[in-house]
Amino acid sequence: MSENPMDEVRLSELLGELPPVPEAWLRAAQDRPAIARAADQVLELAETDAEFRRTLIADLESALRAAGHEPDPRLVDTVRRRLPSG
Amino acid sequence: MTGTAMDWASVSDAEVVRACRAGDDAAWRELVERFSRYVLAIARAHRLGEPDAEDVFQETFVRIYEHLGRLRSDDAVRPWIGQLTRRLCIDRLRAAVREPVADDPEEQGELDRRLTAVDEAVSVQEALRTLSADCREILDRFFCRDQSYHTIGELLDLPPGTIASRISRCLAKLREAYEGRSEPRPASGET
Repeated sequence: MSENPMDEVRLSELLGELPPVPEAWLRAAQDRPAIARAADQVLELAETDAEFRRTLIADLESALRAAGHEPDPRLVDTVRRRLPSG
Repeated sequence: MTGTAMDWASVSDAEVVRACRAGDDAAWRELVERFSRYVLAIARAHRLGEPDAEDVFQETFVRIYEHLGRLRSDDAVRPWIGQLTRRLCIDRLRAAVREPVADDPEEQGELDRRLTAVDEAVSVQEALRTLSADCREILDRFFCRDQSYHTIGELLDLPPGTIASRISRCLAKLREAYEGRSEPRPASGET
């Protein structure tokens, strides 16, 4: 049990401390597994296909399109971060 | 823990974390939903502007997704997320070449007070989750979304007098739930 009883005015103030998040932000964060899966797929292909790997390094967005993915900025960023250099 | 009809309200944070780790997309959506307001409230407590708050919000969930496997205690997910978000907020403030918040004791004290209120608010939200869907909805609309009796009445097809008495009744239930809840575990889940 809590030690200090909470009055209802304070409770209502605390409820107001956590306003809802814009729907678009929520959806973008919720899409993270799909982005991660797409990045896995692209990076796997880059490991097995040297030509694709060269394109990916030279022009990431075109390479994503060629692999059948829309170059969503979140996907571009994830692939770029995970792409081993060299 | 899969399926579209899952009622997540009664599922603990630790169970949601375990389901996320097992690759359950619905659990991940629930985790984002459950902690989204907390993450945003921390960003706002640091007085970040909207674009910075959005960047911190997205980056926090990217890190959570990528590092969830390293969380030592599933029960400690909330403090871990809080700590991660605060760290990203501070990085953002430093990158903006603003005065580091910790250098001004008064400002730091004010920030600490705001963050304490956010943590307290999350405990209230946890108690809210134990109430009926009707109570959750009406309290959320009135206190969190700032909707008027009139708007709520129209949306829920109820007269304003009923809205007022329902809010009062639900608030009393929330108080009971809040006071009857078990204390949260201390932070021990740092990666």
